[in-house]
Amino acid sequence: MAEPAKSPPAPPAKSTPKKFLYVNRRAPYGTIYALESLEVVLIGAAFDQHVALAFIDDGVFQLTKGQDTKSLGVKNFSPTFRALGDYGVTKFYVEKESMQERGLTLDDLQAVTYEDENDGFKEKPSIQVVSRSEMGAIMQQQDVLLNF
Amino acid sequence: MKISILVNEGPYTHQASDSAYQFAKAALEKGHEVFRVFFYNDGVNNGTRLTVPPQDDRNIQKNWSELAEKHKLDLVVCIAAAQRRGILDEGEAKRHGKGEGSANIAPGFRISGLGQLIEMGIESDRLVVFGD
Amino acid sequence: MLHTVNKSPFQTNSLASCLKHAQKGDAILLLEDGVYGALKGTIASGDIWSKRVELRFYVMSADVAARGLQKSQLIEGLNMIDAGGFVDLVVAHKTSQAWL
Repeated sequence: MAEPAKSPPAPPAKSTPKKFLYVNRRAPYGTIYALESLEVVLIGAAFDQHVALAFIDDGVFQLTKGQDTKSLGVKNFSPTFRALGDYGVTKFYVEKESMQERGLTLDDLQAVTYEDENDGFKEKPSIQVVSRSEMGAIMQQQDVLLNF
Repeated sequence: MKISILVNEGPYTHQASDSAYQFAKAALEKGHEVFRVFFYNDGVNNGTRLTVPPQDDRNIQKNWSELAEKHKLDLVVCIAAAQRRGILDEGEAKRHGKGEGSANIAPGFRISGLGQLIEMGIESDRLVVFGD
Repeated sequence: MLHTVNKSPFQTNSLASCLKHAQKGDAILLLEDGVYGALKGTIASGDIWSKRVELRFYVMSADVAARGLQKSQLIEGLNMIDAGGFVDLVVAHKTSQAWL
C-alpha cells in the first residue's frame, strides 16, 4: 500500500540578505587578486544579497581610466566594473585619502554608473568617494567581508 | 558556532594554508562546526594529490585530507581558479581532453563553483580569510 | 570587529592601514609575519603604542616563537594567544577583516 502523502515540507525560511563587502586593496595586473575578486563579485551578484565594493590603498588603481593591456597580452578587465550596475552592484566606495596619497582625483577614475530602477531608471554614479573614517564605519556595518 | 574558512594561497610559499589548518583544527577541537573550507586564487594548489614534500616536512595536502576525513569537512576548490592552475577531477580531465589518469584532485577535496563561496558567507556565522 | 594582520610593517602598509580604519573597541590580531609589528623600539611600534587604549592587540604565540622573538623584545601589554585563542576571537566578533 502506498504511504500516505506527506504534507509538503515547509519552504525554507527566506533568510534576510546579508551585507557583503569586497575589500580591494591591490593594484590590477601585477597579481591576479583584483581580477579574481571581480569574478567573485560577478557570481555573488546572482545571490540576492546586499553587495558593495571598497577600494582602499592600491585598490584605487583598479578603477583608473585608460587601462590598455594590449601589449601585455592579458585581458583588460576594467570595463567589467562598468557592467556591474546591470547586475545590481551599484555601491563602489572609493577612499579619498588613498586616492590623495597616490596623486589621484576622481577625474582619473573611469565613470561607473547604474540605472536606478527606483527612480525612473535615472543614470547615477556608482562611485562614492568616502573618507577614511567613513570607510572604517562602513566596514563595521557589514555581515561578510571578503579580502583577496 | 558555524565557521567557514577561505584560503587564498597555495601550500609552502605562504604560511596562509598552515595558519588556516591550525585554525580549523582548533575550531573543531572547541566543538565548533567548520561549515566549509573554500580554496581560491593559488589556494587551489592545496588540493593536488601530486605534491611530494620532503619526508622531514609536513604534508599540507595530506593534513587537509586527513582532517576532512576525520571531521567530514567540506573542502571546496574553486573550479575557475582550478582550471587556470591545472587542478582537475575526473570529470574536468575528461571534458578538457587531458587524458586518462590526469585528474589530480586530492582525497577529501571537491571542485565546485564560486557560488559555494558566496553560499558559505550566507550560511555561516563567521568567515575567516587566510591569504598573502 | 576583528582585524588580522599577517604582514611585517617594514614590508607593507597592512598594519598602518588597518590601524587607520579600525574603530574603538576593535581587536587586532598579529599573525605570521605580522608579529614583527609587535616589536618595541621600531619605526612602527609607535603606531600600536598610540592605539593601545582604544584597540585590543593580540599576537599569535606560535608565530612569535617560530621567529625567535623574546617576550622582552615585544611591546608591553599585548595579549599572547594560541590557535584556540584565535578561534575565540573570531567567535567573539561578528566579522573579521584580513589585511592581506
